[in-house]
Amino acid sequence: MTLDKIWVFGEAGADGVATITLEMLAKAREVAGTVEVFLGSDGEASAAELGDHGAARVYSTGDLGGRMQGVSVASAAADAISSGGVAAPDAFLLGTTYDGRDVAARLSVKLDAGVLSNVVDLHLDGDRLVGVEPVFGGTVNVTSRFTGGGPDIWLVRPKSFEPAAVGGPSAEVVDLPVPELGAAGGAVVLDRFTEESEGPKLDEAAIVVSGGRGLGSAEAYSMIEQLAKELGAAPGASRAIVDAGWVPYSYQVGQTGKVVKPTVYIACGISGATQHLVGMKGSKNIIAINKDSEAPIFAVADLGIVGDVHKVVPKLTEALEGR
Amino acid sequence: MKVVVCVKQIPDPADPGALDPDTRTLRRDVKLILDESDSYGVEMALQLVDTAGEGSVHLVSMVPDDEVSGLRTALAMGADSATLVSDEALAGSDALGTARVLAAAIERSEPDLVLAATESSDGYTGVVPAQVAELLGLPSVTFAKEISIDGGTATVRRQTEAGADRVECPLPAVVSVTAGVVEPRYPSFRGIMQAKNKPVDNLKVTDLGIAAEQVGWAGAGQEITDIAEAPERAAGEIVEDEGDAHERIVAFLDELKVI
Ligand SMILES: Cc1cc2nc3c(=O)[nH]c(=O)nc-3n(C[C@H](O)[C@H](O)[C@H](O)COP(=O)(O)OP(=O)(O)OC[C@H]3O[C@@H](n4cnc5c(N)ncnc54)[C@H](O)[C@@H]3O)c2cc1C
Ligand SMILES: Cc1cc2nc3c(=O)[nH]c(=O)nc-3n(C[C@H](O)[C@H](O)[C@H](O)COP(=O)(O)OP(=O)(O)OC[C@H]3O[C@@H](n4cnc5c(N)ncnc54)[C@H](O)[C@@H]3O)c2cc1C
Repeated sequence: MTLDKIWVFGEAGADGVATITLEMLAKAREVAGTVEVFLGSDGEASAAELGDHGAARVYSTGDLGGRMQGVSVASAAADAISSGGVAAPDAFLLGTTYDGRDVAARLSVKLDAGVLSNVVDLHLDGDRLVGVEPVFGGTVNVTSRFTGGGPDIWLVRPKSFEPAAVGGPSAEVVDLPVPELGAAGGAVVLDRFTEESEGPKLDEAAIVVSGGRGLGSAEAYSMIEQLAKELGAAPGASRAIVDAGWVPYSYQVGQTGKVVKPTVYIACGISGATQHLVGMKGSKNIIAINKDSEAPIFAVADLGIVGDVHKVVPKLTEALEGR
Repeated sequence: MKVVVCVKQIPDPADPGALDPDTRTLRRDVKLILDESDSYGVEMALQLVDTAGEGSVHLVSMVPDDEVSGLRTALAMGADSATLVSDEALAGSDALGTARVLAAAIERSEPDLVLAATESSDGYTGVVPAQVAELLGLPSVTFAKEISIDGGTATVRRQTEAGADRVECPLPAVVSVTAGVVEPRYPSFRGIMQAKNKPVDNLKVTDLGIAAEQVGWAGAGQEITDIAEAPERAAGEIVEDEGDAHERIVAFLDELKVI
């Protein structure tokens, strides 16, 4: 038994379709006969990649200019469905991202349908999806499902599924016109700023080196950056040092930050609070450096070093130089 | 300028209680406190009113029991008044049900600006603020890092995947703020004393023209079907650093063929 149709909210930027979109497409293909994408940007630019990942069709609003994704895409999708022009999907999948949550929220009001959020797994139970959400810092998994009329709206955590290209033909591009938004559409983007960042992205890097409060000072974070550079890794952080202003929020790993699943995660001076663990426990290998042998991070580490970050990290960087 | 701040009262995250195996929800029989995430919204509202030179800060909170201690904390920080929607019928509400109640309560104060946190610390669905905006027909900007108000327009610096967007938004509007945007003040002793006499308007769901079936368990179109312990990750080798631990790390990375 599979679902008839799933709609995946697509996100795309200058470097192509976002990984989260491809992840959801892989899952959607597994559980539904037809997989389509709805998108708040130019459909032609993404059609080939989306098709390659199994999307049959892409409903696209075209470039929104400065208008907000949330209200524009949700209104366009709800309108297409309520006008009867497009058959409602059984389920919508959206990423737990900046825009994904906005679209899901607006869509849920428009369709009078609930949202299940932060799910890390989805599977079929009879003819309906059930989703798994980790709670209490990932120590308990809660499985939920919708009981109302649907369509079901799911917010999926990044890194929950593996993208998989299937070599499908370019997706058919269909117009998804944005209706008159009225007051709700009043917000517009005036400028976009891109944070300069070198090296790989935090959520895509094969190696992540994260620093925590154990570094002792904002200046000491440069030690993490140097090690990361030497390893071709992305630098990350615990919330403690993000809140302290040592590094930007985009570095944060954990429940309220990014989920990372690199081949190697190196935690330096991080205690291993449950809210941090939930963001990195899925890493294939974990190395922890902490001076407290009782630190909870050691419970998940494949290699734990009981030691001072100020001693171990610079020596490690030096040893890696020229390799 | 009239600012309404949504403040959620939650179980202390340091001691979050447990999931009730019978009702399959978070047990709320513990004492609730002001969600730290919302202390940023309260502080932001106080600063914006201060900058504007006039205005007021009104709080809106929804709970299934009549908990007010979190509201009192926010009032002690300096908010002027509060609406508490407390009703047994609200137990088990999902995000959409919560948004319906908050929207109806907010509408009564005809605010210029509605502030909330980007996500709560306990449920963290992060959808309530934009749902409230949609219900009220208002524009919304989520993930705000900075807000400035000029007449009838808010300019917001919004966090994005790539960096940040500068967004202009006509008022009234709903804006959700991220943690760390401002430094929330500690309530002063005087503030705490004054908070005791600040007006808190107590409402039931029906006072808002909402039917009990639209909220709580009845209104939540979702159910939990299973609760299970997550598999534990096994711990590995622990090495005490004696000046050469970095060599063990290099060897480990070598084994993994990542260097
Ligand atoms: C709702 C909620 C959401 C949250 N979301 C997140 C999240 O997304 N991400 C996140 O990270 N946290 C999150 N937190 C915060 C989390 O609970 C912890 O407070 C935080 O992770 C602690 O950061 P830390 O490990 O850097 O600091 P600490 O817990 O202070 O740990 C510092 C560690 O450094 C060690 N240390 C000190 N000096 C040295 C030294 N010289 N050498 C080696 N080790 C040393 C200490 O032994 C200690 O273990 C959240 C909390 C809440 C309530
Ligand atoms: C572990 C857990 C998982 C859950 N998962 C889901 C789910 O997947 N789907 C779902 O629909 N519900 C879910 N719920 C229920 C949900 O938390 C409640 O419905 C809650 O009332 C609103 O959602 P939130 O806290 O996630 O809101 P968020 O959208 O994360 O909250 C953002 C902000 O909105 C404001 N706000 C939210 N609630 C209130 C309130 N009661 N009073 C005043 N201001 C408020 C606050 O400013 C808050 O910071 C879950 C609850 C728990 C404990």
